Amino acid sequence: MITATHYLLLSLILFSLGVIGVMMRRNFITVLMSLELIFNAVNLNLVAFSYRLGDLAGQILAIFVITIAAAEAAIGLGLIIALVRLKDTVALDEASEMRS
Amino acid sequence: MPLADFVPLIPEIFLAAVGFALMLAGISLGRRGTRPLIVTAVAALGVTAVLVILFARAAGAPERILGEMLVIDQLGVFIKLLILATSAMALLMAAGFLERAGYGAGEFSALVLFATVGMFIMASGASLVSLYVGLELMALSVYVLVGYFKLETKSNEGAVKYFVLGALSSGVLLYGISLVYGTTGSLDLATIRRGLAAVPQDNPTLLLGILLVAFGMLFKVAAVPFHVWTPDAYEGAPTPVTAFMSVGPKAAAFAMFLRLFVIAFAPEVEAWQTILWIASAATMIYGNIAALTQNNVKRMLAYSSIAHAGYALMGLVAASGTGLWAVLMYMAVYAFMNLGAFGFVILLESKGYAGETIADYAGLSRRHPGAAALMLWFMLALAGIPPTGGFMGKLYVFAAAMEAGCVVLTVIAVVMSAVSLYYYFRIVVQMYLKDDEGAAPATLLRDRWTEAMIGVCALVTLAIGVWPGPLVEWAKGGLQALGVGSSG
Repeated sequence: MITATHYLLLSLILFSLGVIGVMMRRNFITVLMSLELIFNAVNLNLVAFSYRLGDLAGQILAIFVITIAAAEAAIGLGLIIALVRLKDTVALDEASEMRS
Repeated sequence: MPLADFVPLIPEIFLAAVGFALMLAGISLGRRGTRPLIVTAVAALGVTAVLVILFARAAGAPERILGEMLVIDQLGVFIKLLILATSAMALLMAAGFLERAGYGAGEFSALVLFATVGMFIMASGASLVSLYVGLELMALSVYVLVGYFKLETKSNEGAVKYFVLGALSSGVLLYGISLVYGTTGSLDLATIRRGLAAVPQDNPTLLLGILLVAFGMLFKVAAVPFHVWTPDAYEGAPTPVTAFMSVGPKAAAFAMFLRLFVIAFAPEVEAWQTILWIASAATMIYGNIAALTQNNVKRMLAYSSIAHAGYALMGLVAASGTGLWAVLMYMAVYAFMNLGAFGFVILLESKGYAGETIADYAGLSRRHPGAAALMLWFMLALAGIPPTGGFMGKLYVFAAAMEAGCVVLTVIAVVMSAVSLYYYFRIVVQMYLKDDEGAAPATLLRDRWTEAMIGVCALVTLAIGVWPGPLVEWAKGGLQALGVGSSG
């Protein structure tokens, strides 16, 4: 029997993978995918809690998160296009002119 | 939901509508029409200020609107008017800068207005849903603003770094929100507070949730150890954007901090006080020490703004009535002194990025004695020397921390304020004691709008410094309306 706890565990794994991906990967597109993983882990969490609590608010927030993640992805892709036009690369290491 | 429910939201709807109109106008005007577009946006901000005051008057007591998503109260009005002032000043400072750089003002002013709407929602959210949506509306607009000079690698680089870390912090914040929701069963701030009473104090899921929410918020106010994006984003962004993002969003984030921690998480005060104590001390120490060695003025001001977030956090650590209104007061003072200092960077920088290094300020007092004196004034204010407003801001925050028994934290703050004198005075020494022989001297550009804004900032900083009473009363009123005046 799969319970809400299983979903919460899966969400924790997805969230950790996403955070590790953002930290370790140097390809901007992979980083964007990792960010999506984080947001979807949150959605899974929200829906699982919502189911367990018998309360709709969590699902409503999940819909907001999906919408905002889409907007965030659009801006990320826009920045990738600007980066490619300037430097002809999607590697984040290339964007490191500024140093303290 | 009946249409009448949207009436109290008219200030936000109006601002967003003007933003869309400006974006459309900007597309047809291209690079022309910078000043009319900016004036329209500033006029819209002025009208919104009147609307905000009128709706607050009509509401009287704190009133929850839009299905209990937002609340109209004095705290919101204080922060909203501060945000409107800083947005308008940043726009006016940007006009000449955009013209010189050859970028259009339509999208620029629209994005500033959208960010302002987001900050409004952050300042008045009564639910985790509305607070999150407001935060993202602000953040997404600012990511684009940082990368607005799309043909300059620095601007793009700043935006990329800010975006990746900003989105990560939003994810962490959201994960924290989902855990808080799971343990308390609600997304409404007041209900969460009641729900927390029924949860054991050391519930690990709840503590992890609050910790992650704190991490997300600490990122937004640029506190150590979540500050790594700040120097790059501040240096890379077009200077008027740096000025804008260093004040308005920070004030809005502190308002959201207050609402989240003082209303919703109040029963867990001991847990989050410890987190914020460490963050505040680390932020003050690291921000001030790192600023010492910076040769780029924008980068130095970025570290200085990190340090200032640390001072403001002290008020939250105190978690008393005094500490909380001192945070509001500090944000108001900081906004004006920081905008004034960045105004000078805008004027000096514009000559092909000439004025970004500290050496460019050499001998400025001989060529521009008035301007050098004003810059001296802002440096004194940022360092917290009387009779500037910066002194008053620090005085109340430090006093609140002492009152709450945070002696060690106050000692750190005082020592670090002394350290900060060194780097603020590096600029002063350059202006007054060094001559500019040999180097190509940087000159100040003539830009009446920016000059006028610098003057306004200087006057406000002076007014708060010599006569802080009205602002203090207003900030106190903001917290009394919150109904948490003196409770922990």
